[in-house]
Amino acid sequence: MGAKSHHMVAVKLNEQLGTKRKYTFINRAWLPKILVMWILLVAFVSRIIYNRMDAENKQRRKEVLVSMCDQRARMLQDQFSVSVNHVHALAVLVSTFHYYKNPSAIDQGTFAEYTARTAFERPLLSGVAYAQRVVHSERDEFERQHGWTIKTMKREPSPLRDEYAPVIFSQETVSYIESLDMMSGEEDHENILRARATGKAVLTSPFRLLGSHHLGVVLTFPVYKLKLPTNPSVKERIDATAGYLGGAFDVESLVENLLGQLAGNQAIVVNVLDITNSSDPLIMYGRQYQDGDMSLKRVSALDFGDPFRKHQMICRYLQKAPTPWTAITTTFLFFVIGLLVGYMIYGAAIHIVKVEDDFHEMQQLKVRAEAADVAKSQFLATVSHEIRTPMNGILGMLALLLDTDMSSTQRDYAQTAQACGKALITLINEVLDRAKIEAGKLELEAVPFDLRSILDDVLSLFSEKSRHKGIELAVFVSNKVPDIVMGDPGRFRQVITNLVGNSVKFTERGHIFVQVHVAEHAKALLNAKSETFLNGGSEGAALSGTCHFKTLSGCEAADDRNSWDTFKHLIADEEFRYNASSQLIGPDDAQNVTLMVCVEDTGIGIPISAQERVFTPFMQADSSTSRNYGGTGIGLSISKCLVELMGGQINFISRPNIGSTFSFTAALRRCEKNVGVDLNKSFSGNLTMALEGLKATVVDEKPVRAAITRYHLKRLGMLVEIVSSIKMAVATSGKNGSVRPKNKWQPDLILVEKDSWISGDNCGLNLRLFDWKQNGRKLKLPTTVLLATNITSVEFDRAKAAGFADTVIMKPLRASRVAACLQQVLGMGKKGQQGKDMLNSSAFLRSLLCGKRILVVDDNRVNRAVAAGALKKFGADVECADSGKAALTLLQLPHNFDACFMDIQMPEMDGFEATRHIRVMESKANEMMTAECTGGTGEKKSEWHLPVLAMTADVIHATYDKCLSCGMDGYVSKPFEEENLYQAVATFFESNPINDER
Amino acid sequence: MDVVSQLQRQFLDFTTSLYREGFLDDQFVQLQKLQDESNPEFVIEVVSLFFEDSEKLLNNLSTALQQHIVDYKQVDALVHQFKGSSSSIGAQRVKNVCVSFRNYCEEKNVEGCFRCLQQVKHEYHLVKSRLDALFKLEQQILAAGGSVPMIA
Repeated sequence: MGAKSHHMVAVKLNEQLGTKRKYTFINRAWLPKILVMWILLVAFVSRIIYNRMDAENKQRRKEVLVSMCDQRARMLQDQFSVSVNHVHALAVLVSTFHYYKNPSAIDQGTFAEYTARTAFERPLLSGVAYAQRVVHSERDEFERQHGWTIKTMKREPSPLRDEYAPVIFSQETVSYIESLDMMSGEEDHENILRARATGKAVLTSPFRLLGSHHLGVVLTFPVYKLKLPTNPSVKERIDATAGYLGGAFDVESLVENLLGQLAGNQAIVVNVLDITNSSDPLIMYGRQYQDGDMSLKRVSALDFGDPFRKHQMICRYLQKAPTPWTAITTTFLFFVIGLLVGYMIYGAAIHIVKVEDDFHEMQQLKVRAEAADVAKSQFLATVSHEIRTPMNGILGMLALLLDTDMSSTQRDYAQTAQACGKALITLINEVLDRAKIEAGKLELEAVPFDLRSILDDVLSLFSEKSRHKGIELAVFVSNKVPDIVMGDPGRFRQVITNLVGNSVKFTERGHIFVQVHVAEHAKALLNAKSETFLNGGSEGAALSGTCHFKTLSGCEAADDRNSWDTFKHLIADEEFRYNASSQLIGPDDAQNVTLMVCVEDTGIGIPISAQERVFTPFMQADSSTSRNYGGTGIGLSISKCLVELMGGQINFISRPNIGSTFSFTAALRRCEKNVGVDLNKSFSGNLTMALEGLKATVVDEKPVRAAITRYHLKRLGMLVEIVSSIKMAVATSGKNGSVRPKNKWQPDLILVEKDSWISGDNCGLNLRLFDWKQNGRKLKLPTTVLLATNITSVEFDRAKAAGFADTVIMKPLRASRVAACLQQVLGMGKKGQQGKDMLNSSAFLRSLLCGKRILVVDDNRVNRAVAAGALKKFGADVECADSGKAALTLLQLPHNFDACFMDIQMPEMDGFEATRHIRVMESKANEMMTAECTGGTGEKKSEWHLPVLAMTADVIHATYDKCLSCGMDGYVSKPFEEENLYQAVATFFESNPINDER
Repeated sequence: MDVVSQLQRQFLDFTTSLYREGFLDDQFVQLQKLQDESNPEFVIEVVSLFFEDSEKLLNNLSTALQQHIVDYKQVDALVHQFKGSSSSIGAQRVKNVCVSFRNYCEEKNVEGCFRCLQQVKHEYHLVKSRLDALFKLEQQILAAGGSVPMIA
């Protein structure tokens, strides 16, 4: 089971993590793979680019080669054909002038001269010669005629042949071949035969030329004796042949010249080949062993006009193709850029992943930190509880100890110990509060409460201290603030108590003034006021210089806006509009009310440097503060939390050595009056009735203080007038009391502030008062009462002598206290009122419990006996039940038990369940009863609701909450303690009408 | 009279020693406070109730822990009872042992439970003998015609 649940949790966690991780758009496992793939892709693309560029280069190179080669071939061909044409022309010349003229117009000299002079036309031919066709029969004749014998190429007398072709004319450059028989050379022989058969120029295959060692070809052209018919046959051609004109082409120099004329000839290698015999090409130009770039060549066909022979030109680049740097650089750059881009993206992705990881980690850490924080708070709460329990023991024992007989020293020690213990409990409660707020466990109540009485309570808490210090402590609640508001009275009181407590702690002279206003109203006024204050700054400065401020005590306060100037506006405005506004504010607006509470003091103030950490827990203004004044500094931070929970804000203005003004707002709700009628019972009853309608004159030179006095008196239903001195009071009351118009103010009471009395001229005053008294004997005598913060016995005696009443109303003023005092003064006090408070708890408990039928439910006999014993001691009639079921049977309706103390932990049916059953039972009965009652008279029987109190040993808060949620009314800690029991019982027995002991 | 005051002194010393050694706590004082003329035997009644209960509970606990399969729920309930009654009469040391006993119960630690059982028996007998002695002293004082002095 355990393992299973663990597994479940793990799965859940994973799921959570999974859902959390979902928005990660980068798959981290794939990242390196993607990077590698990207690099490969970039490499591949680079390769393609390189290939393409390279191919382009090659193509271009090839094209260049082709064009160059073709150009060369064409030029060579052209030049060659030009030369051939010239030879042809020579042939025509020979035939014209040698054969058609008779006698011949040409001899060797003429020929030589002519050819030499026309040699520029045949730059390619090293020389030309003319060989005559001589048949054997004509040889002798020929030899005799020319005077030399026909010789072979080897310069020997020619052997017998059918035919000879001795050179008879020759250019001077080749004069060495004169008389040589061209037929004797094999190449020439063949050439001659072919030439005379075709009638065209024919070429030999390349061979080493005589004379020069260049490769060359011999061009042979036939010369005919007769004009040939058109389309002559071969036979006709042979017969008509008269001789042959030949020229040697020095191909090498020819090509060399040619190439020399052209650009770029260094770049390429040119070979010219005779490929008549295709299997054995003969090189006419170029080297046998080819060098240059073998990878690329261009072959261009050459046509030298001899159909029998075929030639071609092969071109190559001399150098290998240059390394394609452009392509390589481009590609490399591309690759590098691609790589960088890829890496950048990769880096970014890695970074994102890292950031995300960090984020997740942070999130987890945050969750853990929050959990730790909650755990801390819970721990604090638990520990505080754990400390509280023994502390309660300590305090209880101290209380018991104080009940015993002790020497005064011992008593002093014990009292100190008790005070310390109480302080510790308060601190622990504060820490607990703070922890609860942090753990988010604190919930605010929303119950109707009387704000004014709460303020009175707070004031009464501090009255002793403030009186002791001689500080004026006062509270003022604006009329606009509703009597009953909905909210959490405890927390509201806590905040105010804290603020006032601080003020009291840090103030040695002057005043502490608590004001409550409706926030919107006060704000509007304060803003308006601050504007005028700014405008009239000089006036304010002048005022502050006089060291007399129109504040409560005359001491300067931190927040100028709270001085009389504003305050008077607030009050005036209030009075002016109060009647009207109560109607004006419609019901829609009426639901919510935001109150602004100011606590103003004239204490030591907060150092500027410390002001910003005032609300930080455990921070005090400076460390010396805690030494001088004590405290932990947690109060303000709790107050801040509470105020924020109440939907308000807290802030302050503080000036060192002048004072601080804390103000906070709280959003509360209005409440219909009838809901909370019983709440303001504190002085709504006979107390105020007696005082209602009385007229009072307040003599006070300080307007703020006077206004406060008036506020308290008005709460008692009195009519109040303020004057600033006794003289004026007398004046307004009418001189001598004789001639006084009816509408004149005639006070029943004159309340004189001690300051005003002392500062006024004493003798005159006394006289006047006596005067007045005497004169007023016929009329109703106004009672004069002294108001004082503190009074010495001497002063008291003097006051009595001056005609003041015996009772001095001690500040701080509280409506109930004022009422009591006034009643005493006016002689209508009810002595019985005070009686209640005097009772000590034990006797009171007895009075509460006496005669009550109480059921004690506990499964433990001993516990039962003890509980029963304790309750019996206070006079209760106790019955016992040993289980929840037994209790239920005893509690079947109708029963006559007044209360039930229920143990929580019992076998079978625990206290919670039993209580639930009881409540179900009761609600059923109540329903039936109301059903019966409908249609009857308006009288309502009291509903069944048996107070059920839990008895528990472990008083942790959760248990208490559970108690309440089960319908229990409270709890007492086990074992019984008097005080605890008293507290628990008092809350619900007090209102019980049967129980009125007097 | 001498005897009485001697007895009274003895009684006081004995009682303070009981508090000092932690056998009893202030609950016993409370208990004594509850005793008055209308209910003169209250403390003795309650304490003897406690003794009866405790014997029963200890017996039950011994048998429960000797079972082959220990029913911790039952043991816990018994210890809870014991703790409640001991705290009610202020038998502090018994109560403290009960607290640790319950912890062992929660952990289902048999050895711890046994140890605690022995301890709690021991403490119980201690406190019983002390209380018996105390009551005997009380009787003697009363027999001698004196009044029982109150602590605190």
